Amino acid sequence: MTRAAVNGGPSDVRRRGAGRGNALLGLAGLCGFLALIEALPRLGFVSPDHLPPTSSIAAALAEETSDAAFWTALGDTLTGWALGLLIATAAGITAGMVISIVPYLREATASTVEFLRPIPSVALIPLAVLLFGTDLRSTLLLVVYAAFWQVLVQVLYGVQDTDPVAEETARSYGLGTWARIRHVLWPTALPYVMTGVRLAAAVSLVLAITAELVIGAPGLGARIAVAQTSHAVPDMYALVAVTGLIGVLINAGARAVERRSLAWHQSVRGEVSP
Amino acid sequence: MLDVRALRKVYEGHGRHVEAVRDLTFSLDAGELVCVVGPSGCGKTTLLKCVAGLLEPTSGEVVLRGQRVTGPPPGTAVVFQEYGRSLFPWMRVRDNVELPLRQKKHVTKARRRELVEHALHAVGLDDTAGAYPWQLSGGMQQRVAIARAVAYEPEVLLMDEPFAAVDAQTRADLEDLVRRLWQELGVTVLFITHDIDEAVYLGERVVVLSSSPTVVQEQLTVDLPARRDHLHTRADPRFTQLRTRVYEEIQAAKRGGGVGGAVAPPQPLDKMP
Amino acid sequence: MKRAPARRPPVLLPRTALRRLLLALGLPVVLAAVWWAVSAGSTDVYWPPLRTILETGREVWTAERITTDVVPSVLRLLIGFTAAGVLGVALGVVIGTFPRVRAVTEPVLEFLRAVPPPVLVPVIMLFAGIGDTMKVVVIVSGCVWPVLLNTVEGVRAVDSVLAETARAYGVGGLARLRHLVLPSASPQIFAGLRQALSIGVILMVISEMFAASNGLGFAVVQFQRSFAIPEMWSGILLLGLLGVLLALVFRAVERRALAWYHGLRRSRRTS
Repeated sequence: MTRAAVNGGPSDVRRRGAGRGNALLGLAGLCGFLALIEALPRLGFVSPDHLPPTSSIAAALAEETSDAAFWTALGDTLTGWALGLLIATAAGITAGMVISIVPYLREATASTVEFLRPIPSVALIPLAVLLFGTDLRSTLLLVVYAAFWQVLVQVLYGVQDTDPVAEETARSYGLGTWARIRHVLWPTALPYVMTGVRLAAAVSLVLAITAELVIGAPGLGARIAVAQTSHAVPDMYALVAVTGLIGVLINAGARAVERRSLAWHQSVRGEVSP
Repeated sequence: MLDVRALRKVYEGHGRHVEAVRDLTFSLDAGELVCVVGPSGCGKTTLLKCVAGLLEPTSGEVVLRGQRVTGPPPGTAVVFQEYGRSLFPWMRVRDNVELPLRQKKHVTKARRRELVEHALHAVGLDDTAGAYPWQLSGGMQQRVAIARAVAYEPEVLLMDEPFAAVDAQTRADLEDLVRRLWQELGVTVLFITHDIDEAVYLGERVVVLSSSPTVVQEQLTVDLPARRDHLHTRADPRFTQLRTRVYEEIQAAKRGGGVGGAVAPPQPLDKMP
Repeated sequence: MKRAPARRPPVLLPRTALRRLLLALGLPVVLAAVWWAVSAGSTDVYWPPLRTILETGREVWTAERITTDVVPSVLRLLIGFTAAGVLGVALGVVIGTFPRVRAVTEPVLEFLRAVPPPVLVPVIMLFAGIGDTMKVVVIVSGCVWPVLLNTVEGVRAVDSVLAETARAYGVGGLARLRHLVLPSASPQIFAGLRQALSIGVILMVISEMFAASNGLGFAVVQFQRSFAIPEMWSGILLLGLLGVLLALVFRAVERRALAWYHGLRRSRRTS
């Protein structure tokens, strides 16, 4: 690192070559991880009842994927995730813009936001159970509550980052509130909004699975709970792995979207979001 | 004291290589102040890092007090150009100056405090010991970096374009500070710069580097009086002569290297930020 | 958002401490008052009057109840969070220091981080039963990833000039770790710890909802199952209060530890 950083040229060359090598090393690491899980129970370090070998998890996964109920559960989970994320994003952006535009509202709501944000959304689980039972709405309540704050806070950061000169210019040209939102506030805040959506996407998945797991709302989480109570350990691991893969895909996708919007706006803003 | 012998440094990439320094040979006597000047991108920083033991040369060697340099040698202090990045922002000025001393096992705590105080006094920063570096101006930050080097009690002081990023007035003050500290401490100084005026004003000798592929173009002894100040020294006809010599050497080097072409640019391209 | 001074009506609210206090407390007081007023005559079982909730809360959350339910929860959380912090930073420093180790472990770590932490509860129950160990292990295994991955990023991002300065002055080994690597990575480490804390609270509650004989999460679910609605509401409020309190403490610690960082950022922004 220190050596390569001496000047731009050589380090770039080094990095590009290293990219392919790193991918291979990463693949080796992944294989090693799978081999370790295969070996640990086979060599008797852990009981296969607690940690089944990779091969039997893979077999269980194959069996799961041939079961229509698995795909329904997957669809339910993704529906809860997407719908919750959508509602939270829309609500977060709207609320953030209103709070930023109306005079005094930002200062007046600051303490309330700071107070409500750290309330763990899982505290709402009993309420969700009472109100909605094992309905999709239970999942949505938890997801929206958790994801909303991520978006809102980023929108507030983003609008705060608006160049005061641009603001003044817009005002002095007599731009109306709508025009100001469209041409000044929104473009500045967009990269922050994207960061907020990325964070919210990850949180939404966690809460969707949680709701299914604890409350029993339909989805992969509920399927994991069933596998647990029926001691279908390999199935449980297979489902856990699936939730992890969904998480990886969501993270990668959200990061790609965010990067695209950041690249687009690099000329407008100087600093990367906090 | 310090010998650079046939130094060559090539950065190896995958299937590509960049020759930063081709063949450098020169030496410093003990207690000498030598300036190395050369056009931008001629591998000055690479040279300094090899001398500081931060980079391994591809071939050739750096010999300090008869010992080949293979890693950062003890008794060598370095002042980098990027003052904002070479001071530890989480440490106050006092702790920044003290940190290298804490690595020297034989220095007692009381002695450390004494050295730090003395060094800060020497660079004119008595009152800022408790401040964080980022609370200070650029020039003051570079003074802290110099104080850190001074407190280290080095035999060799390496400076890599230390004043390239400060304003002109501050720069003049800092140049005088370096001359004064050099005279007071009797330390050997290798000062790297792209500024011809600075090199002639500061140095007892100027080593002119060619543009890439880099070799030593010329070495000039600066026979100006030991007491120098910006008002008189820069008005000295001898100063102007020397400066012109260095400038011509650099132009010649560029023509020789086939970079600059036949028409010399009107201004030295060394006045880069 | 910056507004032109002329547009600000200065007569209504002078810029004083009183004004700031009013703005900070105004909305929460109004919201609480609205809740109080709207719910006052409520006969809906699920939405009892706020007054009933608070009165019940005072009866339910006695000192004894706090020692049997709140203290164990908080202790598990703190132990798990601390262990995850130490483990995450230690592993993160190792992985971040050696590029090859990072290249090998990166995909596996990305996967492990992406697993929604609550699904670890049934998995860890297989190994650790349903006791305190299970809850602490669950919290550790959920909290460790954000700390670890942020530490890796922080360690990698150590400034090259600072690193060379340290080398040139013979700052190596443990001194390098203590004076260069850890402080330099500390902003990222704290960002990871903040994420870990909110995950920790979630896991504390969930692990107790799954299988427990005491704890806040356990109590709240018990109230819900026995249709003790005002008690349940008071538990929810208490959980919320705990979350807010932990966030406040964390922020105070972070402000102290990263005072240099916030100062540095401010000075860069103004210059």
